Amino acid sequence: MSLPLLTKKVLAGAALTAVAVAAPFAAFGQDANPDAIIRIGSLYEPQNLDNTAGAGQGITEAFNGNVYEGLFRLTDAGDVEDVLVETYEISENGLTYTFTLRDGVTFHSGDPLTAQDVKFSIERVIAPESQSSRKSSLATIENIEAVDDRTVVITLSQRSISLPYNLSYVWIVNDAATELTSSADGTGPYRLDEWRRGSSLSLTRFDDYWGQAPANGGVVLTYFTEATAQNNALLTGAIDIIPAVQSPDSLALFEGNPEFNVTEGASTTKQLLAYNDRIEPFSNVNVRKALARAINKERLLDSIWGGYGTLIGSFVPPTDPWYVDLTDVDPYDPESARALLEEAGYGEGFRFTVDTPNYDPHPIVAQFVQNELAQIGVTMDINLITANEWYTKIYQAQDFEATFQEHVNHRDIVFYGNPNFYWGYDNAEVIALIASAEASETVDEQVEKLTQANRIIAEEAASNWLYLYPQIVVSRANVSGYPINGLNSQFFAYDIEKSGQ
Amino acid sequence: MLLRLLPGDPASSLIAVGADAEQIAAARRQVGSDLPLFQQFIQFVSGLARFDLGTSFISRTSVADEIFARLTVTVPLTLMAFCLAVVIAVPLGIIAAVKSDKWYGAAISTISQLGIAIPVFWVGILLVAMFAVNFRIFPSGGFPHGGWANPGAVIHALALPTLTIAIVMSASLLRYVRAATLDVLGSDYLRTARAMGSGFTEALLRHGLRNGAVPVVSILGIELATTFLGAVVVERVFTLPGLGSMLLLAIEQRDYPNMQGVLFISTLIVLLVGFAADIIQRLIDPRLRGTRRGDA
Repeated sequence: MSLPLLTKKVLAGAALTAVAVAAPFAAFGQDANPDAIIRIGSLYEPQNLDNTAGAGQGITEAFNGNVYEGLFRLTDAGDVEDVLVETYEISENGLTYTFTLRDGVTFHSGDPLTAQDVKFSIERVIAPESQSSRKSSLATIENIEAVDDRTVVITLSQRSISLPYNLSYVWIVNDAATELTSSADGTGPYRLDEWRRGSSLSLTRFDDYWGQAPANGGVVLTYFTEATAQNNALLTGAIDIIPAVQSPDSLALFEGNPEFNVTEGASTTKQLLAYNDRIEPFSNVNVRKALARAINKERLLDSIWGGYGTLIGSFVPPTDPWYVDLTDVDPYDPESARALLEEAGYGEGFRFTVDTPNYDPHPIVAQFVQNELAQIGVTMDINLITANEWYTKIYQAQDFEATFQEHVNHRDIVFYGNPNFYWGYDNAEVIALIASAEASETVDEQVEKLTQANRIIAEEAASNWLYLYPQIVVSRANVSGYPINGLNSQFFAYDIEKSGQ
Repeated sequence: MLLRLLPGDPASSLIAVGADAEQIAAARRQVGSDLPLFQQFIQFVSGLARFDLGTSFISRTSVADEIFARLTVTVPLTLMAFCLAVVIAVPLGIIAAVKSDKWYGAAISTISQLGIAIPVFWVGILLVAMFAVNFRIFPSGGFPHGGWANPGAVIHALALPTLTIAIVMSASLLRYVRAATLDVLGSDYLRTARAMGSGFTEALLRHGLRNGAVPVVSILGIELATTFLGAVVVERVFTLPGLGSMLLLAIEQRDYPNMQGVLFISTLIVLLVGFAADIIQRLIDPRLRGTRRGDA
């Protein structure tokens, strides 16, 4: 694979700001068609339809906020807002949450929403066989009680300031529903119409929705296995919108073309060179800092994404409340990188193998990093592996020296507070800060503690955070009102308007 | 069984970053990768004996149902491509043989040689660039969401993939037809027929076609089976939800029940096609029926 060096589009930044402002407003001043079907093209087909059964990120994109709703929702702007909960109260000691549910909510099957459904739904997520990514964050839940039809009381073993945030990923499912891996029964503005595996999934407007009706008649998600086919579909009008563009090269097709809108929003996807911090030489802070300084990340980002994307100095993206700009902690400086290696006792350099996922952009990033590290005498061998092998060898067996990976979630600094996580970063102070931040009484206290943890991991170069992916949405010009940030790979479809046709 | 030697674990397709030890153990239990290989094999074979292909590890739905849904894409695609290839290759192959001394006979022969050398995905990409992106006559890929409920849309969607397979397939088929026809042209019986007063075309159609068809039919059987299995490439280029893309995904995810199911059904279909080709050969050529009377 060749390295596309310095393909910077000079005007991209300026043009982008202009469209980003214009896009959320109705396009062309034409009237939106309230029954239009919004055709979304995605690379992430769900593996099944149940987010507690290993469905993958695709199910969040298709269903979160569209088919299923939680008690709360993380808005596209990054705020947690009430959805199925009307009000809630927290006891003095922070251990008892009393939720009053919204009245008049019905499931797609026609059953009314009750407190029993909420209890059932949360228990599904924390059950032993649950594959939900929120399971461990909800470990403090001790008891869930449905007091009456509209009241749920949750008791915690210790304070958990992020409970509402974490509950925004707990779908409220009808407790009478079965076969949730291939069907759905939620309370959202759309109901599942049909899933044609390997090809597409359609949602239809739910007429008895409790809230504001969607601005369109339904959604069809078409799934692609590679970005070229996805781009062709948008170019030829077979789809209306791509929620997250993954091929930088294709942007040239859409930029400056009046038929399309290109927007860049905030992303939470971080590109990492993660070390196995348990083993030599990566257990040595100076080695990690040296490797952080040896890579010209600005040039890397530029060569992959042109004018897009953001540099980060740690694992925390700007949309997390505990973000601080830490790009100056280990800036690009090969001279001092060599000095740090010398100090660490690796003046002659060393050799290691990096397990690299075989899909874009990892192989290209690996080649770039390989060249940069060679400049300071470090030899990096690239071993390509599949996504499945990554989870087997690195995530489960933790049998690796270093690896490339992208981490997509919002607020996931907590992984550095878990010494058993695949990268094995183990710093008692960080562990204590992250644990006590969750038990904070106020948000300010939580933010302060996590900011401190953030500074420490950056100072210790716990991993090598290469850059933050750009979040680019490309749509046809007659489509507007879509979320531009796509936090946690959500894509709310209910405000999307389409005019004409 | 050999498939299990691939590195990786189906449980890894179910977990996400953030999964704890308990979740990993639960995933392994669910897919049965905590059981010994021998036991997993017994489970598969005993299921097969009951015509039960099992349940996918990943989607947790019936393997047979999904295979059936995928066959509604792959079978029509393969058959359409096959028919188109036959329609192109048989007349052109005969012309290339009969008129091998004319410029157009030689031209057909040369172009078919080129056709054999072109990889199928490249033909697909070229057709997409030309007919989908440039002229916008056909969709660049995908299968209509409603499926066969709207046959027109399906045919429209399958047009380019069909053409892609047919082009590549007819190139090699044409070579066989040409070779078989040349054989027939040099045969004694054709000369005899002509000596007895038949016109060239009449002799060729009456005696030559039937004889030339015997080797061609056996090749056709093989070609049909290869196309069926080879549809995976075309399905990928055109993002079609066929059997090939199901196999590819199953391999990526190490979804063994899906993998075994697809391989089982594909093998079955290939055997059936071979069987059908044998029967057709016997119908065409009575000598193969084991009776003594021949009519050639």
